[in-house]
Amino acid sequence: MKDIAAWALNVAIMRGASYADVRVADDRSRALSTKNGKVGGASDSESFGVSVRVIADGAWGFAASDDLSKAGVEATAAWAVEIAKASARVKLLDVRLAAEKAVTAEWTTPFKVDPFTTSVEENLELLLKIDAELRAVAGVTLAETNMNFRREEQWFASSEGADIHQTKYTTGVGYAAHAFAGNEIQKRSYPTSYGGQWQNKGYELVGELKLLENARRVGEEAVALLGAEQCPEGKFDVVLDGSQLGLQIHESVGHPIELDRVLGMEANFAGTSFLTLDKLRTLRYGSELVNVVADARQEHGPGLGTFAFDEEGVPAQSTPIITNGLFTGYLSSRETAPTIGLARSGGTLRAEGWNRLPIIRMTNVSILPGEKPLSFEQLIGDTDDGIYMETNRSWSIDDKRYNFQFGCEMGWEIKRGKRVRMLKNPSYSGITTEFWNAMDAICSREEWVVWGIPHCGKGQPQQVMGTGHGASPARFRGVKVGSAYRGSE
Amino acid sequence: MLNQDQAGEIFARVRKFASADEVEVSFFSTANALTRFANNIIHQNMAEENVVVSVRTAFGKRTARATTNKLDDESLRRVVEASEKLARVQHPDDDLLPMFAGEGKSRAADKSVRPTKVLPTRYFPATAAIAAEDRAATVEKIVAVAKRNSLTTAGIVSSSEAVEGIFNSRGLAEWHAQTSSEISITMLAGDSSGWQKANSPDVGQLNAVALAEIAAEKARRSAGPREIPAGKYTVILEPAAVLDMVGFMFYDFGGLAILDQRSFLNNRVGTKVFGENVDIWDDVAHPLQSGAGFDGEGVRRQKVQLVEKGVVKRLVYARATAERMKRSEYEDKVGPIAATGHGFSLPNEMGEAPMNIVFVAPAKPQTLDQMVASTERGVLVTRLWYIREVDPYEKILTGMTRDGTFLVEDGKIQGGVLNFRFNESLIHLLSNVEAMGTPVRASGEESFDMVVPAMKVGEFNFTEVTKF
Repeated sequence: MKDIAAWALNVAIMRGASYADVRVADDRSRALSTKNGKVGGASDSESFGVSVRVIADGAWGFAASDDLSKAGVEATAAWAVEIAKASARVKLLDVRLAAEKAVTAEWTTPFKVDPFTTSVEENLELLLKIDAELRAVAGVTLAETNMNFRREEQWFASSEGADIHQTKYTTGVGYAAHAFAGNEIQKRSYPTSYGGQWQNKGYELVGELKLLENARRVGEEAVALLGAEQCPEGKFDVVLDGSQLGLQIHESVGHPIELDRVLGMEANFAGTSFLTLDKLRTLRYGSELVNVVADARQEHGPGLGTFAFDEEGVPAQSTPIITNGLFTGYLSSRETAPTIGLARSGGTLRAEGWNRLPIIRMTNVSILPGEKPLSFEQLIGDTDDGIYMETNRSWSIDDKRYNFQFGCEMGWEIKRGKRVRMLKNPSYSGITTEFWNAMDAICSREEWVVWGIPHCGKGQPQQVMGTGHGASPARFRGVKVGSAYRGSE
Repeated sequence: MLNQDQAGEIFARVRKFASADEVEVSFFSTANALTRFANNIIHQNMAEENVVVSVRTAFGKRTARATTNKLDDESLRRVVEASEKLARVQHPDDDLLPMFAGEGKSRAADKSVRPTKVLPTRYFPATAAIAAEDRAATVEKIVAVAKRNSLTTAGIVSSSEAVEGIFNSRGLAEWHAQTSSEISITMLAGDSSGWQKANSPDVGQLNAVALAEIAAEKARRSAGPREIPAGKYTVILEPAAVLDMVGFMFYDFGGLAILDQRSFLNNRVGTKVFGENVDIWDDVAHPLQSGAGFDGEGVRRQKVQLVEKGVVKRLVYARATAERMKRSEYEDKVGPIAATGHGFSLPNEMGEAPMNIVFVAPAKPQTLDQMVASTERGVLVTRLWYIREVDPYEKILTGMTRDGTFLVEDGKIQGGVLNFRFNESLIHLLSNVEAMGTPVRASGEESFDMVVPAMKVGEFNFTEVTKF
């Protein structure tokens, strides 16, 4: 790999690049799934390639190829410089990078069991057992399970002398039961929807989630939803489960704090952000209880945004985003950090694979648990009149990240501290800062889980990235509920 | 770029390494380049090339897939082994058919399935030859329009060249080459924005300056947006807005979606679901369409009438789904059943979907100006954003308007309004189409490209207003 890096960097510099970095990545994945008692999919995939990112004539160029021969790598480096010089035709100022110490380092995701060493046969047997449990419930019309593994090995080298070798492991697993009857389809998922729980871990995650033990309940809930009352429309106190709160953070905190969005760099596709630069350290984002960090460090937990170095060689960091309700930080890169007066990047530049340009992505954007001991049952017990919502079903937010609407799979009416009846089709909506300022309780550490969102889309060409979100259940006062179904009767 | 002869040589090597009963190899070779601009400068500029070889093996009723982009003997041997190892541990699947041997003589004789015509050329050397300098020159022109209008612009200029092919041990050999070019432009003013996007296999069909001028005009005309209350409005949806909404329903037109009971068409095939004025085909050979003329198993894509006068007439099928449907309780409830060439690569859980949607032009198409002129009070929508399904059976979608939302009163555009959130059923939407334009090749962000018209729709359900 050192040879490949040297070929690329030498050619890039020789052709006129003032800065160059090279990534060689070897990506391997496995996807297993079942549907209604049969294997739905079984596939392995690998992808190996090199990319060269350069600054030449003060502008960026990026080229990537699957050809790792000496001639191929040198051609790719030359291509990147040619592209950069074309970029320079339409520029105002030269690109400037925040200083970063070049390091030599090696890092691998901590794991107990390499998922690729586990038996495919046994993995499919587990999924088929779960599938059978789901379908053992009368009324379940569709059962789906999935198990996914990924191993991303990457070598990063730069013209500044960085030499970093990282290997990340990801495991994801989950299932869903659907029930169709009359004029409706209801669904319940576990541990959460859209592929279940995903973490940077080995196969041990599969054993930790009590998958089989929860399958019957999940199937029963899907069927019970068909007969449940429609969630009412109005203003209610709302309690959200941790996985839904994780997605709420993702959409209404994680994306608006991306500095590239704030600076207009994503305006054509992902959008911009309401968090204009004047709001830093002046905006009351949420209530005093709201403390959010962007933390890529290993000690934060096995989130999908955990690593040792980002894709421009900047070490993982923890950045305070919201501190006791005050907006205190953005996600930044070496290019964007100087624009807000930062001496150093926050270390959030990430790429989907070897053939994609690294861009600012969420790492683990997490709300910290409450300091006062508060279990989930205590939180429900402390709620006089409200609605509990669990597991995301739909999500949408405007392109500046103000107005959002979320639907959940299942709701419960809470009366005098007790869940009294199941509600179907629950949804809530609001304006980001009004919502976070309405948070008046959050459960403590024992309820806190780092949830994985494996499919966050951003960039052009679009890149799909995994992000992590630590969250515990929380309560929000006076939230608008039910407008998703307004006018549909 | 991989050519068909090279693919044939790789296929021969894969066959040599395989011990499975049957072998299929899919090829994808791409060269993509995309120049991104924002704040009136090029800020990202990338190019990539890659060749992917995907091997499916089958032992009787068991199959699995492994994929690599390494083409040396050792890697190909390893990918074959990986595929065979995964296949061997499967439980036999009674629904799995032998690999497709090519076009047979039998085809459904009903009028709603027509043999596909020869595809128009979708490979244009001028598009394949576009270099970084050419893309930068196009961006310069777009930025010039922005500066002339005192606006800031962001967007992309991209070009690509791609081939895909499928070979199998029963003698199938299909190949398709295509180019693509795309321009997307956002123009930003202080409190407003405008947007345009277009793509074509032929770069000669794209006019960057014309797109930039329209986006700039939308940004100018929507400046100083006023707030009007949420509620039910007559809306005029430009083609991109129509595309991004209707795109959410076509996965439900696959036979497997009915068998899985996850389709909004369960119990609705053969019934009038939409208005009389809605006719929809899937037609890969349409001159404004793109893509290969064969599906993930190598079956030629047929032209299929999905909706006729609002009635859901038929579904599309992969080979195995068609066989399953014939044996199912739905056999006499879903119209004609036959493989139509719409299957995804095997194995998969989704089955099939129509991906070359063409709305039929109305007898009297209206221009956007005519739709505006006939509207007493309504909202003109340029583009929608972040659309998600709220209810899978009533097909309620939520999302936002974006980049050019206008109040129409007394037959005239009165100016910009703050953007809305909508919660609207697709069934309701396509049952309330008051006027349609001439269908065009449209491109959005939430759906695959298709040929759709602008639509004027009554009683569109806006539920909230955002702050910009």
